[in-house]
Amino acid sequence: MSEVTQQKANPIRPDAGWKELPWGGIIPVGGTARAFKTGGWRSNRPIWDSEKCISCMTCWIYCPDMSILVEDGKMIGIDYDHCKGCGICAEVCPPRVKAITMKPEGV
Amino acid sequence: MAVQRRSPAESVAMTGNEAVADAMRQINPDVVAAYPITPATEIVQIFSAYAADGRVDTEMVLAESEHSAMSATIGASAAGARAMTATSSQGLLLMHEMLYVASGARQPIVMPVVNRAVSAPLNIHCDHSDTMGSRDAGWIQIYSENAQEAYDNLIQAIRIAEHPNVQLPCMVMMDGFIISHGMENLFTLPDETVKEFIGERKPLYPLLDVDNPVTFGPVDFTDFYFEHKRQQFEAMLEAKKAILEVAAEFEKISGHRYGLFETYQLDDAEMAIVVMSSAAGTSRYVIDRLRRQGLKVGMLKPRVFRPFPAEELAEALKDIPVVAVMDRSDSFSGQGGPLFAEIRAALYEYDKRPIMVNYIYGLGGRDVRVESIESVYRDLDIIRRTGVVGPRVRHLDVRE
Repeated sequence: MSEVTQQKANPIRPDAGWKELPWGGIIPVGGTARAFKTGGWRSNRPIWDSEKCISCMTCWIYCPDMSILVEDGKMIGIDYDHCKGCGICAEVCPPRVKAITMKPEGV
Repeated sequence: MAVQRRSPAESVAMTGNEAVADAMRQINPDVVAAYPITPATEIVQIFSAYAADGRVDTEMVLAESEHSAMSATIGASAAGARAMTATSSQGLLLMHEMLYVASGARQPIVMPVVNRAVSAPLNIHCDHSDTMGSRDAGWIQIYSENAQEAYDNLIQAIRIAEHPNVQLPCMVMMDGFIISHGMENLFTLPDETVKEFIGERKPLYPLLDVDNPVTFGPVDFTDFYFEHKRQQFEAMLEAKKAILEVAAEFEKISGHRYGLFETYQLDDAEMAIVVMSSAAGTSRYVIDRLRRQGLKVGMLKPRVFRPFPAEELAEALKDIPVVAVMDRSDSFSGQGGPLFAEIRAALYEYDKRPIMVNYIYGLGGRDVRVESIESVYRDLDIIRRTGVVGPRVRHLDVRE
């Protein structure tokens, strides 16, 4: 790539120098939110009990980070790479089910 | 600007604002978003009539403030449009936050700015405090002496801003009222010539290209932000080359020659003033008068302030014994105006350099008379003969 003429850049490498980065902080590809692992922001961790879960999908509907993992119509776990630990899933889990509980991280 | 002789019959009489509005009609931008402010109001007022009459294909956005006008212009430019706005003074100040977004996001927006003093106290007349306050916002800045230059510069600005090595926003200045509302004869280009000269914009990452999604304005922390600022530094160096490249092409279609700055009677000058914009015209008249009296006086008129042509200016000034830099704004550093500070810094590398003094002049539209400029040369003559500098920063025509 030329030093001065901007070309369509490749996906951005963490060690890319100023000459190869797209200008203006633009990210020239879509779907990059998946690569940004925001789970590290979490201070409370949802713990899912597969024995109690009835796969009602209420937590899947409410989760703001699309971090409820589902396969064949059943809940199969939590995406800890992106879950920020807001606790909404534990809050909306039906009172008679209570399959998700929040625990402090690092304890 | 050096002008090829053309028949006066080919000229048209226009005010600066009319000339700039006419250039905008010929540029035919995709989007113009604006908010009125004296003395720039007329530009968009006249242009909006062109839009209403179907003489341009422009989508007009009448914003609720200059902050919004610049924001809409940035959004339109990111979408891939050729987008413009115009403003003055407080309007430019209200845009200040968004000016950095335009340059940081590398959007080649072109904006005429009619120079006007800033409050307080309230004043609508010319000085350069508004755009000098934006000098570090990452925009290319081109100053025009008269309506002809404002017209020519605006057309060139499209090519400079959109140059593939540059991709930076550009503001084109003219002096409020003195030029914006003063009628003069000028030469415009045929519509087709302008259309061909500016061509179509080729945006790098247009948001409207839905098959190739991109993200504009993501958070840019310790890991990448600095690299993006380094790119802007490089873009400004490239802009200097692009300005000259575009000027050479523009000369072919117009006969008007432009550079980074213009000199007048400078080669053998023993005393020179550096002055931007409309006061350069008065200075030229004074130089002719003083030359007839045997005084070796000259002038340098910067056209491009950003990027700052430091080496070129220093080369042009280094052998002149005494130089006065004229600033139509004060940076209130206590050490003179911004033009003075930068020209002095540019000469730091040279062993031989002029004695330099600074004149703050014309604030709030204070008239710059023939006698005013002549008094500066008389002062320089005393410094040259006696070697006594006296006050480094002076205020021209201020009542004691």
